[in-house]
Parts: sequence; C-alpha cells; structure tokens
Amino acid sequence: MKIAVCVSHVPDTATKIKVGPDERTIDPAGVTYIINPYDEFAVEEALKTKEKFNCEVIAISVGSDSSKETIRKALAMGVDKGVLLKDDNPRDSFAVAKALADEIKNQGCDLVFMGKQSVDYDNSIVGQLTAELLDYSCVTVVVDFKIENDKIIAESEIEGGKEVVETQLPSIITTQKGLNEPRYASLKGIMAAKKKVIEEKPAVSSENLTEILKLKNPPAKQPGRILGTDSSAVPELVKLLREEAKIL
Amino acid sequence: MANKIIGILEQREGKLKKTSFEVFSVINNLAKQLNLESEAIVIGNEIDNLSELSKYGISKLVHFKNEQLNNYSSSAYKELISDYAKEVSAEILIFPNSSFGKDLAPLVGVRLNAGLLIDCIHLEVTSGELIATRPIYAGKALMDAKLLSPVKIVTIRPNVFKPTLIENTNNLEIVTKEINSPNLKTRTIEFKKSEGKLDVAEADIIVSGGRGLKGPENFYLVENLAEALGGAVGASRAAVDAGWRPHREQVGQTGKTVSPSLYVACGISGAIQHLAGMSSSKYIVAINKDKDAPIFSVADFGIAGDVFDVLPVLTEEIKKLKS
Repeated sequence: MKIAVCVSHVPDTATKIKVGPDERTIDPAGVTYIINPYDEFAVEEALKTKEKFNCEVIAISVGSDSSKETIRKALAMGVDKGVLLKDDNPRDSFAVAKALADEIKNQGCDLVFMGKQSVDYDNSIVGQLTAELLDYSCVTVVVDFKIENDKIIAESEIEGGKEVVETQLPSIITTQKGLNEPRYASLKGIMAAKKKVIEEKPAVSSENLTEILKLKNPPAKQPGRILGTDSSAVPELVKLLREEAKIL
Repeated sequence: MANKIIGILEQREGKLKKTSFEVFSVINNLAKQLNLESEAIVIGNEIDNLSELSKYGISKLVHFKNEQLNNYSSSAYKELISDYAKEVSAEILIFPNSSFGKDLAPLVGVRLNAGLLIDCIHLEVTSGELIATRPIYAGKALMDAKLLSPVKIVTIRPNVFKPTLIENTNNLEIVTKEINSPNLKTRTIEFKKSEGKLDVAEADIIVSGGRGLKGPENFYLVENLAEALGGAVGASRAAVDAGWRPHREQVGQTGKTVSPSLYVACGISGAIQHLAGMSSSKYIVAINKDKDAPIFSVADFGIAGDVFDVLPVLTEEIKKLKS
C-alpha cells in the first residue's frame, strides 16, 4: 500500500474576505494562509494508517509556490515527502482533480485521503472527481475509517445520522471533523521536515469547465433592533416574530 | 424534440426528501426559460406517493427500481444516472446539495464530462445562458459563475428554492425500470440514526447555543426552545470544541452553513466563522448579555440579556401561542 494525502493552502477561517478590484479574486491584503482545516484530519488518518501498515505517505498539493508552506506542515506532522504540482493560474475543481489524479497514478498510490472540502471555494467535490477520474472508489465526509485486507468500512456523516459504507481499495476518503484528533507537529518533526524533499513539477494541463463572472461581498445586513435587556422584552419579540417575520 | 433537463430526486426509506420538491420547482422554471423538457429520476425500491407528484408540474418520472438500491450506493447510482443522461442527451442535471447530492453529482460529472456549480442559491437565465450564484468562504463572499461544458450539473442549496404547486396538472408518466444486477462495489450497509430529532442542515428553524450557556448541563434551555419552535438544535464552534455538543450540530465555517427561516443564537458572541455560516438566514434573533457582541450586527431582533433569564420565558410564551 502507498498513501497520498492531498492538502490545500487556504485563507485562515478567522480572516475577513474582501473582494479584490478585479472582482474575480479576493483582496490578498491582510489574508493569512493555513493548511485547510479538514486536510489536517486527512493527514492524521494517513499517518495512523501508515503506522499500522508501515507504508509510505506522500503529500500532494496543487498551486503556487506558497502552497509549499502547507506541504511543509504535513511533512512536520510526519508525512514522508511532498509533491507540489505547480500552477500559478486559478483552477476549478475539475482541473485540480485532473492534476491530482495524474500524480496519484504516477506515484502508484492506492489509498488517498483529503479534506471533505476546502474552506475557500467550498466545493466539496475534488475527492469524488479525482476518484472517478482514476476509477477508484470513494467515500465522503468520513468520521470513522477501518481497513482490512482490501476492504474498507467507513462511516459517512449525512443528515440525521451516519451511513456505514463498505467498499474496496483503491479508494479516496474525504475526511470530516470528528474522524480523529490531528497531532501537533513536534519540534523534532518541524526540524526533520526541513530536510524532507518537496518535489516540484508543473501540474498537468487542463481546461476549466467553470468560469467565474464576478465575486461580490454579500449584501450588508441592516443592524436590527435591540428590544430590551431582560425577559421583559420577550412579549415584544414574540409579537415581531409573529407579525413581521410571520414565523409563528 | 427539446433537450432535457433532469432533476435527481432523493429518497430515504422509500420516502421522498423535501429537497426533491425543491428540485422540481427549479427544473420546471429552467425548462421554461431555456426551452427544455423536464424529467425527474428517482432510484430506490418501493417509493411512496409517486403518482401525486403531478401537482408539482412533473410530466415524466423515471424510477430505477431494485430492492438493493433502497440504500444509497454511489457506484450503482452514478452508473444509472449517467447512462440515462447519455441515452436521452440531457443538457442540464439538477441535484439537491444534500450529502447525497454532493457525493453523487461529481461522480456523474466525470462520466458526462460536465462542469459543476455546487450549492447554488440563485439561478437565472441571461441571454440564453444559465448563471448561478453560490456562496464561497462559507458565505463571506458570493460568486456568479457559468459552466463552459456542453453538459451542465448544478446542485441547489436546501431551503432556498421553495417548492411550487401547479394548478393545472399534466398527466404524469411514470416509467419504472427494473434493474437486475446493480454495481454495488460501494454501498451503504447500515444507517445509524443520530439521537437528535432534526438535523441543522435540513431544519427551517434552528436554535443554537454557545459559550454563554456556561456548560453542557444548561443546553436543555436551548433544546426546550427548539422543541417549542419545532426546530433543530445547533451549536457554536466554541461549544463543540469544548466537548459540550457533537460536531454535527456545529454551525459556521468548519461546521454547517445554513439558511433557515429563523435562526435563534443564544449566548453566542458571533465569531466571524460563525457569522459566515448563518448570516444568510431569513430572520435572526440574538440573545446575549454583551450588547456589543458582533452577533447583534446581523440580528434582526435582539435581547441584550442573560440567556438564563430570557430563554425559559421565551419558551413558555411560544408554547402558549402554539397551544
């Protein structure tokens, strides 16, 4: 078995997002970037699986040079080596999936973890697209994962419960909060990561199937009314909900 | 014959989900504007009340039937849908943006070489082209986008497109296709129902609690109000990270992004990740001791008071009103 974990370099969730003057991208001023939070669960699960099966784990990212920071973070947590599939131009999910699928095949990885979505464009489809391009099986939004021989049993979080899904290797698993507790990178891990190799190569070329026409900030909400400072304001609140919001 | 727009319906345990009715209204609307013919697909075994669907303006429904397909199987479902879409030269496919739709739509997308626009909250036709609006960064920004591929796939956010009833109903043609040996390589072997009655991702009313509740033992105040309103219980990231509530209840950027008719935030200050996930709700009520808390900047109505004082009274008032 050989494992890939796909990681994405995204704006910190605590960052304010402002649309840039070109109305196609966000204003980079003041934006700090982090490893996509859901990808941390993917890295942890890859490392746990590596510890069990004693196999190699490769981190793959598609993007510009700055994505190396996020690959380095995965290396510090314990991933063996990194690959940056370079492309300075924006790619849609399909084009990202084509680059990932190409490299996963080159590397011969048969088990792949990645976050269930990246918190920038929120598409939540790259894992499924990559799996289908490779003809791998796929289980999404996974909160429990087991593998025995070539058989996978994974629990996928859905509305109102969890589906227990059975499938086979080769497979792509997209990870959700609750699957595990991602480890912190130790000082030793951070030092070791500096010596690990990040291979750089151009991402395989691919056309986007979506075109962004315009980004905009959501309409600003008018601040509402503060009706009072204790439970004596409840009757007025109930009246407003009934008469103005027509909810009750 | 006009090209097709196909709506993919979702069923669980033989019952159509509410999102299916939202898919109907979208395919009917787009069919008119783009001069397409609308059809719906449902996969499962016995499914309740299919013949009543004509009142939603559906004229043709294809039912792929097999008892092993009652539970979701991505490998079988993707093959059935993409093969059928090819057979009838479908131009647009509409999926609900539920767990089911999000899992399945991209698999079908690869098989049809179709681009995808996910979690759309607004669709319009401009000069014969379909333009979609979708939230990004959990709603901190919106994107208008179009698809460049000949076959197009769109998933629609639940609770946004309201189902519409049609007065003059057409005849509904139901085509049942018995499936002999579905591809069950990836299949659901069990469904573990969670304890909560309603899921925040599906609820039309959500009552959420945060750190202001001071501990998990006080969440009954939130649960009682949710029950009185007939809504679901949500939680802030702080409450989830503290282990007070399960992650499936988390609303916000690393939880669920929701747009219910009513969102009641109790003891939640309104961190930017939380506001991103809920500020597109139709009406927002905030109850928080700190009158300067950011939650009040998105709330329609607020009480700058103690949740322990306000919640029991509010719950009682709602109960009285409903009885």
